[in-house]
Amino acid sequence: MEYILIIISSVFVNNIVLTQFLGVCPFLGVSNRISTSLGMSGAVMFVMVVSTIVTYIIHEYVLVAFSLTYIRTITFILVIASLVQMVEIVLKKTSPPLYEALGVFLPLITTNCTILGVAVLSIGLEDSSLVKAVVFSVAQAVGFGLALVVFAGLREQLELLKIPKGMKGIPVALVTAGILAMAFMGFAGIVK
Amino acid sequence: MSNIKILTKGFIKENPIFALLLGICPTLGVTSSAQNGLGMGIATTFVLVMSNIVISLVKTKIPDKVRIPSFVVIIAGFVTIVEMLLEAYLPALYEQLGLFIPLIVVNCIILGRAEAFASKNNMIDSFLDGLGMGIGFTFALTLLGSIREMLGSGTIFSISFLPDNATTILLFILPPGAFIALGYIIAVINKLKKV
Repeated sequence: MEYILIIISSVFVNNIVLTQFLGVCPFLGVSNRISTSLGMSGAVMFVMVVSTIVTYIIHEYVLVAFSLTYIRTITFILVIASLVQMVEIVLKKTSPPLYEALGVFLPLITTNCTILGVAVLSIGLEDSSLVKAVVFSVAQAVGFGLALVVFAGLREQLELLKIPKGMKGIPVALVTAGILAMAFMGFAGIVK
Repeated sequence: MSNIKILTKGFIKENPIFALLLGICPTLGVTSSAQNGLGMGIATTFVLVMSNIVISLVKTKIPDKVRIPSFVVIIAGFVTIVEMLLEAYLPALYEQLGLFIPLIVVNCIILGRAEAFASKNNMIDSFLDGLGMGIGFTFALTLLGSIREMLGSGTIFSISFLPDNATTILLFILPPGAFIALGYIIAVINKLKKV
């Protein structure tokens, strides 16, 4: 039950993009087509879950154990950056089709703040455990994917419309995102 | 390029938010009030200036292949310093900015300037570039924060200018308002640029 609540709250109520503003750059950058946004969501989910597991273990058994929590930020970003590199190399060797699909998105992910954000958030969860952190990171990734895909669909439609010159491109995308965020506010109150 | 030009190009022409669209996440996340926007702007400026200085000094010592990871470590070091200073001296602001302080590390402006400017120029130019970009970023955050605070709670820097019973548009201090306000600011700037 607890895990179901985490999932509903992360995907809908506290959507990572639309209410917490993490990962807005890829949200605006790669959401022109539904297909690319699906690829990006897949890559983000993969890296997010793996990096949350690794950073959680490092935080719990190295940083806390040796009271080094003040170097948390440096450690996490290094782990994430090297992890992304490693995932890229491993995928290239073991699963070329998957690498084809996710390849272009992987380098972009290091500077995607959702990954570091979720890693930091998941160690701060109430009575956290590794399983809880994994459920949390999967749910956050699903929320990211949902926002990205819905937004890509809206933007595909937007291209067909006549838009005033100054509003073209980013401004109209931001206003659309605002209205989408308003729609997601309707979920507020489902879960505390 | 003259020193003045390096310093001022970040204000409007190459403003990181309005023109380059870098670092949107903290921009939207912390600007529910002018004060938070200003605080975040100053914290980011500090990291930007310091990392630009250090990177321009050590650029010849770093092998090209491990350039990016080295930059990230330098930036993360300064972010940790900011994090500790804020927690010690400005705990209220530290609480407000929360998660967005460690996330300064992945702010694309900082790594972007390190890679595009500091790794190719001398220390003084890099310092001016970092300062200029930082001021531009702070300006953008404070502007967005002021507009949202004005519309959403009828105050600027917590100073009220409306009668007590006035209705404000609460939406603007909530998440959707951030997207909408930034969208319209960029639209206005696009319009002004063309004229």
